Amino acid sequence: MTEVLFFIEVVVAGLLAGTMYSLVALGFVLIYKASSTFNFAQGAMVFFAVLAFVGFMELGLPFSLAFVVTVLLMVLVGFCTERMVLNPLMNQSEDTLLMATIGLGFVLEGLAQAAWGVEVRRLDLGIGDFPIEWIIDVFGLFVSALDLTAGIVAAVLIIGLALIFKYTRMGLGLRAVADDPGAASSIGIPLKNIMLLVWSAAGVVALVAGMMWGARAGVQFALVDLALKALPVLIIGGFSSIPGAIIGGLIIGATEKVLEVYLGPFFGGAIEGWAPYVLAIFFLLYRPEGLFGEKIIRRV
Amino acid sequence: MTIERNFPIGEPVLEVKNISLRFGGVKAITDSSFSVLKHEIKAIIGPNGAGKSSLLNCINGIYQPQEGSIAFKGEVLGKITPNLIAQKGISRTFQNLALFKRMSVLDNILVGRRLHMNSNFLQVAFQLPKARSEEKVNHGLQKKVELGRALATEADFLMLDEPMAGMNVEEKREMCRFILKVNDEIGTTMVLIEHDMGVVMDISDNVVVLDYGKIIADGPPDEVRANQEVIDAYLGVSHD
Repeated sequence: MTEVLFFIEVVVAGLLAGTMYSLVALGFVLIYKASSTFNFAQGAMVFFAVLAFVGFMELGLPFSLAFVVTVLLMVLVGFCTERMVLNPLMNQSEDTLLMATIGLGFVLEGLAQAAWGVEVRRLDLGIGDFPIEWIIDVFGLFVSALDLTAGIVAAVLIIGLALIFKYTRMGLGLRAVADDPGAASSIGIPLKNIMLLVWSAAGVVALVAGMMWGARAGVQFALVDLALKALPVLIIGGFSSIPGAIIGGLIIGATEKVLEVYLGPFFGGAIEGWAPYVLAIFFLLYRPEGLFGEKIIRRV
Repeated sequence: MTIERNFPIGEPVLEVKNISLRFGGVKAITDSSFSVLKHEIKAIIGPNGAGKSSLLNCINGIYQPQEGSIAFKGEVLGKITPNLIAQKGISRTFQNLALFKRMSVLDNILVGRRLHMNSNFLQVAFQLPKARSEEKVNHGLQKKVELGRALATEADFLMLDEPMAGMNVEEKREMCRFILKVNDEIGTTMVLIEHDMGVVMDISDNVVVLDYGKIIADGPPDEVRANQEVIDAYLGVSHD
């Protein structure tokens, strides 16, 4: 019985960690939907956002105010990106945009460190990374409070965004822009506003993801690389699907934890680091469009 | 033959004055002027590469001509983006189909309408296929959907870039009827680029002829057809 309980515990911990991957992946999906480009700057945005948030807190702003100010800052970043990067590169190839996002990433990393310094910071959200007692009492499972909070926040954010894009005029506009920007603007959809909205949304998602990861691992430069973990999530879920980002994250989270616990000892541990990529390679071999992505059809 | 029209042709609604458009050293349009009258159907014709689509793109705000001005309903447009043009009541279709492929046929039109209705009801009411626009929907219908989307924005000025490209005779005839019907019933002013001279002569009130980025004729179909310069442009002329 304890064996089964332990397995469930591992899976639950994995799923909750997976929602945090989903959060990061969500930022990529938003941009990919609007610009058909992989936003290499997403990791830098996570770092930039959470570092600014911590910085504002250190300046003495209360939690909520610091959050609002950082959200505004991320909207500003979105605005500047639209004006200075996307707009001048309009109608350029997707490869050009991709390169531009790499550059944008460097700029954001540099700006963040220039403004707030390079040392690792602690972020205390007031939620400890320890098991919740009533869950131990009722289910006999050890579930971290921080994991659970992160899971819930991620779920709310993801469901909210999915609903917005499915059912609002703005969302319909976004889908139209994703399909054919020229046609979309010809029927009166303001491209600039859509881009601004999407990049701002990606910025806010980056902030939330950064706060969750920062609370766990410290606010530091390594957060940029963490965004790479979103890559296998996207390969499994599909680059343009919000549900795909969720499911992909959950699959990666659960798989890596289970593998770590049960297979880890045979490899000398730390297989969490590479197991997701192995999984991603299998997907690339057998289902390259991901679980929810569009089938890639090329006419010859 | 004069037929009573529900919307008689009126004053100029669009005035293009002396516009020139260059791409680097390439002159796409040179010092061209013409106007479009309210409620008329105006065709733009000319050999390939004459600058027809560029002209539409200037009116549409995709390109900004280096010289000259474009005025719509008495207002000079200046530097303007396509989405603002659409809000002023000018809509268009594209030479190559530009439908939202991931949406159903109905949603494509609804996006134009910018409305959110219960699409199932409309689907049944109009018997529209539920298929995504790129699947199972023939080319002729796709062209019509694009036109429907442009109309759904409630534009009163429509620009059609080769609305009948790739259609067979039957589909062309139906499209012509549709264009005439829209013009007759809701009075939409239309500018269309078309290569099928039979179609152009049949449905347009006036024809503008472009050659090498210059307007060489502008007038009723019969007049234009008899114009020597137009005949030369189309058939070629020996330079000796």
